[in-house]
Amino acid sequence: MMTEISLNILDVAENSTKAGATLVEIGVMVSHLSDTLTVTIKDNGCGMDEEQVRKVTDPFYTTRTTRKVGLGVPFFKQAAEATGGSFEITSKKGVGTYVKAVFVLSSIDRMPLGDICLTMQNLIIYHPETDFLYTYAFDSKSFVLDTREFREILGEDIPFNSPEIAAYIMDYLKENTLEVDGGAAI
Amino acid sequence: MKSLEELKALREKMRAQVNMRENVGGEHTRVVVGMATCGIASGARPVLNRLSELVQEKDLTDKISVTQTGCIGLCQYEPIVEVLEPGKEKVTYIKMNPEKAEEVVEQHLIRGNVLGKYTLASAGI
Repeated sequence: MMTEISLNILDVAENSTKAGATLVEIGVMVSHLSDTLTVTIKDNGCGMDEEQVRKVTDPFYTTRTTRKVGLGVPFFKQAAEATGGSFEITSKKGVGTYVKAVFVLSSIDRMPLGDICLTMQNLIIYHPETDFLYTYAFDSKSFVLDTREFREILGEDIPFNSPEIAAYIMDYLKENTLEVDGGAAI
Repeated sequence: MKSLEELKALREKMRAQVNMRENVGGEHTRVVVGMATCGIASGARPVLNRLSELVQEKDLTDKISVTQTGCIGLCQYEPIVEVLEPGKEKVTYIKMNPEKAEEVVEQHLIRGNVLGKYTLASAGI
């Protein structure tokens, strides 16, 4: 299983990019008021039909041909539900998929959020053809990273995975995260 | 807070460099890290990042690109790193960690010596 919530996000969002999504919206919302850590992943990829959606939380279902198990979504679901939280996945063929996992923030069974900045940077630099809209909210504060804004500034000739830009993206994520959560251990 | 103005400044600085890079020809070596559920759960992310950092630090980005892939069906051997050099047979390293990844960069990618002890062939399958 995964050791961090952020690794679950990385894994599930990888599926969004494989589904051909041009835009993946990821939200991480920490609320002490409702004692929740909510993760949302929404994509405009190829989506799934009703039967696939029903089966996707079954660890013995996968569309891959390289192995017979599909643990990504079941891991994520189990991690959220183990805290007393909830998990939902909805999808429509040709429209996209939406995943929402709610973790009880104070639960002793909640795994740490982990290195969410690294997760986001990984997704962005290794999927240059996909746009990401990332929102991080910590109680009343929040920030947004939109790769479409980056793309507009950089144009076509400077790739996200060039060392300077990759470093900028990491700094952008880290500095804004720190500003929003004050370096809280989540 | 980090601003987009900084990105604009970076763009201007990089435009000249990009033109230079485009002139670098030759074939690329590809280093591919499995990043499906099996890879991620076994620790592929630190391996990917270490490889990527080292390739940048050692100024190898013109010759070597680090990318990721899905599951190749050998989940029990993850994290898996494949090295694809033009004109050579693919080398598959298994059960990698950041320290082993450093060795692969030093010995294989820089000096051309395949680290037999970490390859799939060494696992006897």
